[in-house]
Amino acid sequence: MTMTGRGLGRITGMLFTLLASTGIHPAHAAGAPDGQYLTRAADCEVCHTRPGGTPFAGGRAFAIPGMGVIYSPNITADRQAGIGAWTDDQFVKAVRDGVSPGWKHLYPAMPYRDYAYMTPDEVKAIRAYLATLPTSAARPPENTLKFPFSIRSAMIFWNLVNGPASSHPDDPAHTPSWNRGRYLVEGPGHCAECHSPRTITMGVSTANAYAGADVGGWRAYNITSSKTDGIGAWSADDLATYLSTGHADGHGSASGDMGDVVSHSLRYLTRQDIDAMVEYLRDIPARSSADGAPPVIAQPTATHDPADSHGAMLYAGACAGCHLPDGSGRQNPVASIAGARTTLGGTNGQNLLQVLTHGSALQTATGTATMPAFHGGYSDQDVADIANFVMHHFGQSSTKVTAVDVAKAKATSAPE
Amino acid sequence: MTSKHPSSPAIRRRQVLGGAGAFVLAAILPAGRSRGAGMLVEDATAPFAPNAYIRIGSDNVITMILPNIEMGQGIYTSSVMLMAEELGVDPQSVRIEAAPPGGGAEITGGSTSSMTEWMPLRQAGAAARAMLQQAAAARWSCAPDACVAQDGYMTGPAGQRLPYGELAAEAAKLPVPKDVALKTPAQFRLIGRPMHRLDSQVKVDGQATFGIDAQVPGQKVGAVAACPVIGGHVGHVDTQAALKIRGVVTVLQIEDAVCVVADHYWAARKGLAALDVQWVEGPNAAVDTQAIYRQLEGGLSGPAILADHHGDTQQAMTRAHGRYSATYRQPLLAHATMEPINCTIHVRPDGCDIWTGTQVAERARDTTAEVTGLPKDRIKLHSQYIGGGFGRRLEHEYVTQAARFGRQVSYPLKIIWSREEDITRDRFRPAYLDHLEAGLDERGYITGLTHRIVGPAVVARWEPSGLGANGYDDDLSVGTVITPYTYPAYRLEFARREPPGVITAWWRGVGGTRGLFVVEGFIDELAQRAGIDPVAYRREMVRNNPRALAVLERVARESGWGAPLPPNCGRGVALQFAFGSYLATVVEVEMPAPHDIRIRRVTCAVDCGQVINPDQIAAQIEGGLIFGFSAALYNEITLEKGRVQQDNFHTWRVMRMNEAPKRIDVHLIESGESPGGIGETGTAAAAPALANAMAAVQKRRYRYLPLLSPLNQPSGHEKEQQG
Amino acid sequence: MLTLQINGKSVEVDVDPDTPLLWVLRDVLGMTGTKYGCGIAECGVCTVHVDGRPVRSCSLPVGLIGPHKAITTIEGLQADPVAAAVRKAWLDIDVVQCGYCQPGQIMAAIALLKKIPNPTDEQIEAGMSGNLCRCGTYMRIRAAIRNVAAAQGVTP
Repeated sequence: MTMTGRGLGRITGMLFTLLASTGIHPAHAAGAPDGQYLTRAADCEVCHTRPGGTPFAGGRAFAIPGMGVIYSPNITADRQAGIGAWTDDQFVKAVRDGVSPGWKHLYPAMPYRDYAYMTPDEVKAIRAYLATLPTSAARPPENTLKFPFSIRSAMIFWNLVNGPASSHPDDPAHTPSWNRGRYLVEGPGHCAECHSPRTITMGVSTANAYAGADVGGWRAYNITSSKTDGIGAWSADDLATYLSTGHADGHGSASGDMGDVVSHSLRYLTRQDIDAMVEYLRDIPARSSADGAPPVIAQPTATHDPADSHGAMLYAGACAGCHLPDGSGRQNPVASIAGARTTLGGTNGQNLLQVLTHGSALQTATGTATMPAFHGGYSDQDVADIANFVMHHFGQSSTKVTAVDVAKAKATSAPE
Repeated sequence: MTSKHPSSPAIRRRQVLGGAGAFVLAAILPAGRSRGAGMLVEDATAPFAPNAYIRIGSDNVITMILPNIEMGQGIYTSSVMLMAEELGVDPQSVRIEAAPPGGGAEITGGSTSSMTEWMPLRQAGAAARAMLQQAAAARWSCAPDACVAQDGYMTGPAGQRLPYGELAAEAAKLPVPKDVALKTPAQFRLIGRPMHRLDSQVKVDGQATFGIDAQVPGQKVGAVAACPVIGGHVGHVDTQAALKIRGVVTVLQIEDAVCVVADHYWAARKGLAALDVQWVEGPNAAVDTQAIYRQLEGGLSGPAILADHHGDTQQAMTRAHGRYSATYRQPLLAHATMEPINCTIHVRPDGCDIWTGTQVAERARDTTAEVTGLPKDRIKLHSQYIGGGFGRRLEHEYVTQAARFGRQVSYPLKIIWSREEDITRDRFRPAYLDHLEAGLDERGYITGLTHRIVGPAVVARWEPSGLGANGYDDDLSVGTVITPYTYPAYRLEFARREPPGVITAWWRGVGGTRGLFVVEGFIDELAQRAGIDPVAYRREMVRNNPRALAVLERVARESGWGAPLPPNCGRGVALQFAFGSYLATVVEVEMPAPHDIRIRRVTCAVDCGQVINPDQIAAQIEGGLIFGFSAALYNEITLEKGRVQQDNFHTWRVMRMNEAPKRIDVHLIESGESPGGIGETGTAAAAPALANAMAAVQKRRYRYLPLLSPLNQPSGHEKEQQG
Repeated sequence: MLTLQINGKSVEVDVDPDTPLLWVLRDVLGMTGTKYGCGIAECGVCTVHVDGRPVRSCSLPVGLIGPHKAITTIEGLQADPVAAAVRKAWLDIDVVQCGYCQPGQIMAAIALLKKIPNPTDEQIEAGMSGNLCRCGTYMRIRAAIRNVAAAQGVTP
């Protein structure tokens, strides 16, 4: 080792000692990037896996309103169907710039703008990890996009307007953990893709970042620091617990796509990284939206609105087996629904109807906690009655949903 | 058995003791009612075995071998009562054993048990008693008639007293009498009086051993998945991931199903989830529910089998003052017994043991013989308590399946179908379309009735010899040909249509439940058309049928028929003669909204002939009604791409306590007629009485099941012709 | 190895923590009084008590229970006066038919009566409607619970 090298090493070593002693760390993890950890942090698996299919073999459908249906590609190391024949640089260009070999512009369902937060070495580490996994020769169906979206080069224009991200240097005005949190949230975590409303060109809105958005029939809630509409009223601990387990007492459980995010990504992150994300999320400026829910009430209403009596009857039979009359959850804390924005009547019952009609599954350390989809055995009016009872019972909400709303919720199919 | 955790008594191997082909097993239980009362025993070694049903040991242990299987209907209790009545023993003191295949009734079903066993079981008890009397008479040198048999003791003329056990060896040497005098009804001490069920104690203690509870040393547990499309088969199977699951032992395959075997069921389930199976689904993958209904609609016109007729319906129609017709539709129905389908089997080179709950033990044994190639007498079927039959366990395909898997391994294998498998791979009560047309007189009463049934003949697959020469399935006569009513002219047609993509089967009454919904609904429509009260209309129709009239009058009185009701409330009536019993039912409902139904009250009047255990009649009617209400309100099996869309209790709704009637009153009418069946009567009454009550509230007819189907909405498919 | 407290005894079981308590009871410990019905907590036949609360053992991973919580099953009620009263009430009016759901019904009823010794019909239905019975014994279950309450009503 040369003198220079040793000196550099010493300086770096001093810097790390300094950082360690103040309990802060830079945005990018030190040392060689951990491909598996990053693959999970970037939540590649959920989008690149068809339900029941081989992980990373693609084929999951994304219905994009006004555009059509696109299918995620196979990113296993298969040389024909997957990315096995790509060079590392081609893979990095696809992940960070949205341009895959053959100058094919990827659609913005692939959050390459966010992934550009990752360094090329980090992206290569993801590829190296993928290369260790079983391959699949499965080819996803052809996209069914409407003109002009069917023309991939149109994405050049899109990229000009919505600006592919450049580098994201750490912000010295903030702590290293804030910077780490920003990196995880804005970068691999690509939280804004769901939680920020879209602009007219379907780009992520920066003006209204994290103020909540509609995704596939669900409401991705406002996660700004707004106390009424966002997560400003959550304690840091609750937020961390929710992100890492998918559940926090008094806030309910992650369901729908967020359940998938916890199941495949967030629950694998270190507590330190989760805390960093929490620090960053709690610093996002408050923005208002219509996501607010009535205030949490100490005890569910004891007396039923006579209009709710049918819903109450159905709840006692079909729901209380897991959730209990007071919503505290019977056999599994994940079943505790009291206090959740969804149960209290947030966003006019939109997510409540989604979870009732499509069900949900959350992977936890002790197995998968499942909420069955209740349409089928119960009529649309029955489901509406259950939802109205729940929102009134747990949130004294005057929100009412109808059988028509239930039918609409059923029709918004979760991606296959 | 007083051990804390009941093990299957069947684990002890049977000893074949011979004697009329019956197997007899050693009893280890003390006499007298104990915590083990109601446990199914096996192996009662006994010197005295006068027939297939009764064993008396010298230790005074009396074992009764019961020909019909207990699945909740209370048949063990009533069977023991019949024998105990004649034998002179306390029913609570006897041991009970399920008859082995060939040792009892071949089939338990169709609400027939009380009807068929009424004489044979009493004769069995009486024959045993006569032999004991004869043995005592020889000992005491007196006339047999002078010996009195009661409560397990024989009393002689001089006050001598011996327990039956002490006479057993001597009685066994005597010839079995051919004709014995039975008690007259006036002499009954047990029959006709309420008796607590014999199987309650073990069931409230959690000690009753159901099929799923069988625990055979060395057993492994298998989770099964069959091709989700009927007729399909297993394609490629990748077992790698499944075999990596902790506890998974192996993966077995048969033509149309896979079974992941593990140390315990959860490991097997996880293994099954990890198993990558590709199914070759076959042509039924194109079947959906609409295809099934379309096929039925095709049968509404065109040729049909003439099942029954009298009088000249054509003339009646042309001469009628008015005509009225309606079409009724009912869906495929699953059984969803609380105990999911399961079977434990141990196939060895020299024999095979099976532990399961089945209504057809003999068929289950025979199929196992076929699959294993073993002779029938090397196959021992140990009948366990059944966690709900309802006709489901008249099928034995799960035993066949267990044998096919079980012959591939050396250890005892218990297969358990998940609830999802249990519902999606059920064999369903068929869907039917019924079209009725009545010719009416000037008052609105029937002068002629034609009725066409479109649907399958369940019996044709289940017992081909049961199909009539003309292709008619007699089961369809319940509620149609077999009826309390007399029609001046009548014609019943059957257009047989076997649905694609499903296997149809028995249920808690197929003929009864399907026929009565249609006929009692139609008669209600005719009463409404005539502007006559539905009870009054039926009263006129059965004025020459005293038993029917009696139940109708009684139910009208007890239900307060005609008394004013609060808003949104209504009553409906149904009258039936089915399974040998007369039943009249009034349902009173409240409907705060068209989709929101509260059953306030149900009143029944029943004449089921000679009653064995009156309280159990009420219990069967209460339960049967709730089973029927559940199906009538909520249930319909639907298919898409050949796959059943309902798979668990969130999509296959079962009536819950807070949806059940607030009150059910069952009134028994004394009758000297021979016993009628009761297990299916309440179920058959449920849909028509409820539909008629709902029609009374909503002022529209309910011709489609389930009743909450949108088809019954005013904008639904209501088709009505009036002329 | 996981430690569980079952019916007053400490039990060690060697299973994955995601294994539902139901299958540990039935297939590992051979305690078959607790039944399997649906696996999704919709039917209640698998009801046991954990620290006195009625839970659906089919949906309770053993890894969530821990070594200190008291699990009580249908086999562990010998010394329980409420259980004795409930069983007597069940026998007195012959609630049982096929009996498969009854261990779960009885466990649910005991928990209900311990929490609310004299429940109204509405409270009975709220406490019991998560337990399905295909034989339709609801009328008698309701009546039996009322009878227990009435019999104990003298000394509330």
